[in-house]
Amino acid sequence: MISGDRAFVIIGERINPTGRKVLAAEMKEGVMDRVRSDARAQTEAGAHMLDVNAGIPAVDEPALLVAAIKTVMEVSDAPICIDSSIIEALEAGLSAYEGKALVNSVTAEEDRMERILPLVKKHGAAVIGMANDETGISMVPEERLALARRIVERAADHGIPQEDVIIDPIAMTVAADPTCGVITLETMRLIRDELGNNMTCGASNVSFGLPDRPTVNAAFLPLAMHAGLTCAITNPLEAQVRRAILAGDLLLGHDEYAMKWISSYRAELVRSRS
Amino acid sequence: MSREEEIRAGLFEHTLNGHAPEVKVLTEEALSLGMDPMDILFKALIPSLEEVGRRFEKGDFFVPEMLIAARAMQGALVILRPLIAETGAQPVGRYVIGTVKGDIHDIGKNLCVIMLEGAGFEVFDLGVNTPPEKFVAAVEEHKPDVVGFSAFLTTTMPMFKANIEALTKAGLRDKVHVAVGGAPVTLEYAKHVGADSYAPDASMATRMAKQLVGDRRDSSPGAHALEQAVMKIDETLRKG
Repeated sequence: MISGDRAFVIIGERINPTGRKVLAAEMKEGVMDRVRSDARAQTEAGAHMLDVNAGIPAVDEPALLVAAIKTVMEVSDAPICIDSSIIEALEAGLSAYEGKALVNSVTAEEDRMERILPLVKKHGAAVIGMANDETGISMVPEERLALARRIVERAADHGIPQEDVIIDPIAMTVAADPTCGVITLETMRLIRDELGNNMTCGASNVSFGLPDRPTVNAAFLPLAMHAGLTCAITNPLEAQVRRAILAGDLLLGHDEYAMKWISSYRAELVRSRS
Repeated sequence: MSREEEIRAGLFEHTLNGHAPEVKVLTEEALSLGMDPMDILFKALIPSLEEVGRRFEKGDFFVPEMLIAARAMQGALVILRPLIAETGAQPVGRYVIGTVKGDIHDIGKNLCVIMLEGAGFEVFDLGVNTPPEKFVAAVEEHKPDVVGFSAFLTTTMPMFKANIEALTKAGLRDKVHVAVGGAPVTLEYAKHVGADSYAPDASMATRMAKQLVGDRRDSSPGAHALEQAVMKIDETLRKG
């Protein structure tokens, strides 16, 4: 489904209680109304997959993640990206999900690879591999490439094919360090040329701490698409972001006769009239 | 306006706007005119960085503006710090800070370091992925007023509790104020793990720390007066 030769894949980022107080409060009480409506709205806005995260302090995260995944499955057919830093939660989510999941995520840390990759294999899932290890995030693109390669090779050792390993070259905010953008883009080019894996990233990270984040995100995405990004965890409800991705696909030759661009334009026109 | 007043106003403005070269030049000029390093620090630089913090809290200022303002101020601090140390003046307070074990996120923590240093604290930054024993060793060695734990992940937040337990075991828990923060952290969670305070951002963390040491200072006005007197004597001696 995700490929450099096909249209860009949007993984909807909204079902994540970090930084969303109301959603966090509701999920904590087991109220899944907002999870349901976020799933619907993102799918309608063009999300191809939905990220589901239940990371709330001091809750039974595995149980809550399972409940959220079940809720999303009720209202959307979009594949789910199971997002947790707790391995038990990933395992519970994988067991509960009916279909091929994407696990978010593994890093190049030895113990995490050895615990998470067998789970991915067991459930026939795909996995996001983040190009960092226990020493942190390198600011040298070649070093991130080396970590990405380590994950791809270790996944192969566990019987996970290359197409099921999606590398996250790691996007960080340009607010803290203006070189973060180019370092990420250069890492993408290296991974595309040296490994050829699909790539995803938390695309909204680039604008953290800045005003008018949607415009920055919308500018980043086509740059990243050209550098080899095939998929992004982002917010399709931001019209600017959604349109930038469609236009990027069009300009990169992934939208024959501009059919998707035109039909999206028409759909927006209809919505604005009604 | 006297030249000294102009310099104070200029330092305030240029720090606020993050103009590092101008801040350095004005600091040097101030010293050449015989202005007191403490005067430069407390009447121009610190108020400016406090204004930066206020604007950030209100959403009028953004992360890069805070970073360049702090960088501009640090340029001045490099010059002023040795001079202030000569006078025997104490820092506003001591602060040990680090991102907890298993966590490598550091933007928020770094902002705290900058703001705290800007506010006159002596800060001991333990970096990222800091194990409990390293926090304990740093608290033992530096005897800080506050130790701050930062965590960005729900998986690493339980390290707050592990750190606090390690401090208790080492007999240090009642000797230091424990502050926690990070994106997923809430006041409720901070209380739950037994922290003394929670701050939602770097500016607030700094204000709360200042309030805390301020409260302690106020509780011993005698010591404070003595400190002022020693500073005055040092100053007179230095001027010869």
